[in-house]
Amino acid sequence: MDGEELTEQETAIYDRQIRVWGADAQRRLSKSHILIYGMTGTVAEFCKNIVLAGVGSVTLVDERVVAEESLSANFLIMPEENLYQGKTLAEVCSDSLKEFNPMVHVAVQKGHILTFGVDFFEKFDAVILSCCSLREKKWINQKCRKLSKRVAFYTVECRGSCGEIFVDLQDYKYSKLKKLEETIECRIEYPSFEEAISVPWRALPRSVSKLYFAMRVIEHFEPGETVTDDLPGILKLRKELCETNSLDESQIPDGLVERLVRDIAEYPPVCAIVGGILGQEVIKAMSGNGVPLKNFFFFDAMDGKGLIEDISGPSTGS
Amino acid sequence: MASEEQLSAIKRAKVLMVGAGGIGCELLKTLALSGFQDIHVIDMDTIEVSNLNRQFLFRQSHVGLSKAKVARDAVLRFRPKISITPYHANVKESRFNVDFFKEFDVVLNGLDNLDARRHVNRLCLAADVPLVESGTTGFLGQVTVHLKGKTECYECQPKPAPKTYPVCTITSTPSKFVHCIVWAKDLLFAKLFGDKNQENDLNVRSSDTASSSEHSEDVFECRKDEDIEQYGRRIYDHIFGHNIEVALSNEETWKNRNKPRPIYSKDVLPKKITKENGDTEKDCATGDVSAMASLSLKNPQDIWSLAENSRVFIEALRLFFSKRGKEIGNLTFDKDDQLAVEFVTAAANIRASSFGIPLHSLFEAKGIAGNIVHAVATTNAIIAGLIVIEAIKVLKKDNNNFRMTYCLEHPSRKLLLMPVEPYEPNKSCHVCSETPLSLEVNIHHSKLRDFIEKIVKGKLGMNFPVIMQGASILYEVGEDLEEDMVAIYDANLEKALSELPSPVTSGTVLTVEDLQQEFTCSINIKHREEFDEEKEPDGMVLSGWVEAPVDKDNNKPVGNGESTSNALPSEEILEGEKDVEIQEQSTGAETVTGKKRTLSEVDGSRNQKTTENLDDDDEDELVISNDWESLTKKKRV
Repeated sequence: MDGEELTEQETAIYDRQIRVWGADAQRRLSKSHILIYGMTGTVAEFCKNIVLAGVGSVTLVDERVVAEESLSANFLIMPEENLYQGKTLAEVCSDSLKEFNPMVHVAVQKGHILTFGVDFFEKFDAVILSCCSLREKKWINQKCRKLSKRVAFYTVECRGSCGEIFVDLQDYKYSKLKKLEETIECRIEYPSFEEAISVPWRALPRSVSKLYFAMRVIEHFEPGETVTDDLPGILKLRKELCETNSLDESQIPDGLVERLVRDIAEYPPVCAIVGGILGQEVIKAMSGNGVPLKNFFFFDAMDGKGLIEDISGPSTGS
Repeated sequence: MASEEQLSAIKRAKVLMVGAGGIGCELLKTLALSGFQDIHVIDMDTIEVSNLNRQFLFRQSHVGLSKAKVARDAVLRFRPKISITPYHANVKESRFNVDFFKEFDVVLNGLDNLDARRHVNRLCLAADVPLVESGTTGFLGQVTVHLKGKTECYECQPKPAPKTYPVCTITSTPSKFVHCIVWAKDLLFAKLFGDKNQENDLNVRSSDTASSSEHSEDVFECRKDEDIEQYGRRIYDHIFGHNIEVALSNEETWKNRNKPRPIYSKDVLPKKITKENGDTEKDCATGDVSAMASLSLKNPQDIWSLAENSRVFIEALRLFFSKRGKEIGNLTFDKDDQLAVEFVTAAANIRASSFGIPLHSLFEAKGIAGNIVHAVATTNAIIAGLIVIEAIKVLKKDNNNFRMTYCLEHPSRKLLLMPVEPYEPNKSCHVCSETPLSLEVNIHHSKLRDFIEKIVKGKLGMNFPVIMQGASILYEVGEDLEEDMVAIYDANLEKALSELPSPVTSGTVLTVEDLQQEFTCSINIKHREEFDEEKEPDGMVLSGWVEAPVDKDNNKPVGNGESTSNALPSEEILEGEKDVEIQEQSTGAETVTGKKRTLSEVDGSRNQKTTENLDDDDEDELVISNDWESLTKKKRV
């Protein structure tokens, strides 16, 4: 492959997963550099998964200081560190994460993500965003798309029993093993985040997950963080968005919206599940092994379904 | 999601986790984060290096320590106020009896073998405690809820039987690399380093059986006048040269097959290879001895040439005799024993070379020989999340919303995580229903011992059986038995069924009970004179139980439950007679089971479904997804 062999230590530790995706995929994985913004419980799960799997490096960005609620679903934060000593979430999480796998470089980047320039993003192979506003998601996604190399872009958000992942791999090529020796080259074109969410709702099949619409309503609601008192405002926004998109309001049931607004705290089993799926997707894209999902994933613990939705404009339609 | 009522149910709950491995680590973490405060964990294993890629509670410095205990300490770091009780023990120990199980509100399994799963299933049924069962292989996983009387039990559906290979394929006509591995591991390794008294089919049968067995009498013993290298070369020439020549002399065998090529050490190795200082080295720890290291072979992913394999063979044999002499005679193959893996890889490759079968790397050979399970962290994390979701439903007594969930590698109808409604109990399940079994047996020939070994332990999975005919006890085991009773039971073991103190005749109903599992079966005995040696090698036929389909000659170890450190006793050769088959063990193949089952379930032909080999090949994935497609039409929720 790249002429470099895995070390004895790598072969011993990664033995069981090399049996799943092969030594070449493991080598590619170990050369990938991942940027992560927003240390939620789901992101902690995700970080654990990719650090164990053996990516090259992980860079964490989160300037918030550790608060009581950041402990709730995040096993990277030890309660004795409640003293904080002025440490940021990224710093505390990075300390725990380092222990999981000494072969992975874990770093913290100070500053706000919106201030980072092109040359910063260029250093990474994948960017994962959490707790971002609509504007931030669009802006960073565009930044990634303008780079000379392909940087995979993901967003992830969990609210109570629900979770959503968005994936943009731009123009993704992979080879698929067909029967024994034969491989075929495959290609998937992804829409950007903005393109995807701009697809008129009436153009989408009726079977599209209601969670997709509900999450867009929540996302449109500024200032972002919702509380129960926001419910009337959000229901009003739902009405407006449904009218603009000619969608029947019943496609976004009250109960679902209520759940998303009321239960904003992360639910640890859902963090594990969504963080697991996201980990798997990033590993796929970084190792070039397996068919990545396009382009939304939804999980709802209420019905237990883990669902993939392809929301693409006409130019990148499936 | 987390209502007050739910939170208090979680806080009050006392849960038992069985297994602190791949699924277990993730599960313990997610339980703790979800607010559980009284968690008990049983795991008999200690931590190994190959666990570290996914069992994230463990570090390099923990290698060799108890999984249950280290997992507890690691979780207490981020949830110091909860109670976690670890047991570094086998769940089959008698202290984990029905009363112990009754203390819990729910039992969560993260196990790696069929045997322990069956055991926990029975205890949960006996104690009437709900069980959430799980398993993963690579990207595939599954979670099920077993609630007595409401949903099926773990044993309501057949589980895949261990893969088997006909003896003659192994001893004489291998066509796949796995045949060479089984030969190297179960025959050659066992012969050279294991119990010398065990029967062994290593020497190929020729038309002239008498002379070959005479010849084999002492060929594997090191002679007084030879050094280890000479001995190694003699063994080499015997098994790869002489035995192949003998096999070739039986021309009938090779009419429709490619003839193997005899290989002699002089053709592939220089005259003298052993280093001079060979015998002065002292015995040292098992892990430190490696033929690869002394031959400067570094990459376990490389495929060695015939010459390299031959050098590894001779060197590994030398190292066993010079460094680990004390263990010889008692060794069984262990995938974590580097030297054993090197020896088996080399021997299998030389044999493969002889039979024109492609050679394999040590890494691949180790996977095949050790039935190593593919495992990644992400699947375990997802499955653990799903277990907790079901466990909370159990605590809330939300019985109508239990789901059996599959974690798929490729989406089926857009679903990557697919919930289906749980199945109802199988009315003819020999474990959770009271359906009597029937056994056809020759009561004059079969001994009580055969009945216990082949049926009671072998098929019904009991560990501490009591056999009764009406009120009289024919056999039992236990620590507190009187000596004279033990003598009577031992004598009974050797008696034919019809000669027992209270004779078993056609029409007798035997009651078989395992006191620890609190599991009882009635078996109607029917006498039958003749049995087909080939099709009915046990000499008895049990019907009315959920029998596993037999999976013959798979070339890949079928995936089994996550984690492999709890290696089962190494493969046994069942009485090395001609028609008996060599068994390849596979630990409880949980995920695979579910898939096969659902397919046959949809077809409406449960037990007739032939097993397909499910592995990571694309072709097989198609089989799986078709299966789920059809399943979703009916069972989708």
